Amino acid sequence: MLKPRIIPCLDVNDGRVVKGVKFQNLRDAGCPVELAGHYQQQGADELVVLDVSATRQARLAMLETIEGVRKQLSIPLTVGGGVGSVEDAGRLLNAGADKVSVNSAAVSNPDLVNEMSVRFGAQCTVVAIDAKRKTDSPDLWQVMTRSGTRGAGIDAVNWAAEAQRRGAGEILLTSFDRDGTRSGYDLELMSAVTGACSLPVIASGGANSVQHMVEAFAHGAHAVLAASIFHDGNMTVGDVKQKLSESGVNVRR
Amino acid sequence: MIQIINTGVANIRSLQAAFDRMGQLWNLTEDPALIRDASHVVLPGVGAYAAAADAIDRLGLRETIVDRLNDPDKSTLCICLGMQLLGTSSEESPGIRGLGIIDRQITRFSDSVQVPQLGWNNVVPDPSCKQACYRAGEAYFANSFRLLDPPEGWEFATTDYDGSFVSSIWRGKTLACQFHPELSGDWGQELLEKWAVEVRSTDL
Repeated sequence: MLKPRIIPCLDVNDGRVVKGVKFQNLRDAGCPVELAGHYQQQGADELVVLDVSATRQARLAMLETIEGVRKQLSIPLTVGGGVGSVEDAGRLLNAGADKVSVNSAAVSNPDLVNEMSVRFGAQCTVVAIDAKRKTDSPDLWQVMTRSGTRGAGIDAVNWAAEAQRRGAGEILLTSFDRDGTRSGYDLELMSAVTGACSLPVIASGGANSVQHMVEAFAHGAHAVLAASIFHDGNMTVGDVKQKLSESGVNVRR
Repeated sequence: MIQIINTGVANIRSLQAAFDRMGQLWNLTEDPALIRDASHVVLPGVGAYAAAADAIDRLGLRETIVDRLNDPDKSTLCICLGMQLLGTSSEESPGIRGLGIIDRQITRFSDSVQVPQLGWNNVVPDPSCKQACYRAGEAYFANSFRLLDPPEGWEFATTDYDGSFVSSIWRGKTLACQFHPELSGDWGQELLEKWAVEVRSTDL
């Protein structure tokens, strides 16, 4: 049986880790290479690095960051943020990523998912979905793009199923409503997506406690992503895994 | 020096980084003489079965690799797709010939489990093994296809996913892993170090 994965996430801008609340108000949280090594030592099962750079210059610094992180890591590394083409994905893989996540570009050009899957394999192709509850019908979620600034006008659950048909190997599912709120993952969203597609789904957005993670796993998540819970230093990955284990979740030792 | 066969279809940065951390020199090569004579060779594998088999043929390496794998004194490590290539064929690419080192076809996981298998799972050397190549541990997998039955004459380890499958086989100095030791934390690093322990700086 596969082990539920604990994945710290580093949002990186211009070579530094930052964490936004609802993708705004970024604040510095450290050096990505240092943090990556740190989390690996604590027992992280995987690491996600998201490029949140706003400028072209900061974007170029990203490849160097990935190379530095790769040198440290003996666990899988997923990189995403601003990936617009198969060539972009190739550059990130070449710098040391094991998987690449695509978001906005895949929404506007869904063939990108097929192309990445054919070129690099499904195991390399992660589709990141930022989902926001519809105010007029709260049991539906719409896909947000451009760092959550734009509604794409498509249904998040349907998009996850389509991503699977197009060859994605994994879904990184972020609740836009919960991100940065520390009120727990959107469990209904998780259930809806895992009901519609059979890919591994990573829960993201809103985690503030081990209980939140236990709930996400109970609702079908294969992995949980968390940033501030770890960056703030209140809990190490090891603490979290210990508590998960005590709660009956079969994590990697 | 560790020679990594450059099939051109594999993402091998993580493997190279692992060797770097171990202080082992590595080289990416397509040279048949080097692949024949080197003390330590890696057949990596990420990507499609047909593409990798095709690359091996296009580079004229089939015979060299087969000879090497049949030589018990040469240290060869086959990773992920590299392990699957040891079989005669794979359901992934019907009609494409594998290296045929083991008389087995590689098959897909059934739809009763999530495919690909993506994540950490237990690897347990079979109790029948006279000499386990490594201790039981947890390894990172990213695969849709697998070796179902152990080949005769090889020692093996198993993993549970869609029932039990063969997650690693070894014979002499040849070691093949369905999982990625380079992504399997300290346990994987320990396995790589054990495999590479005899590499000398004077080696090819």
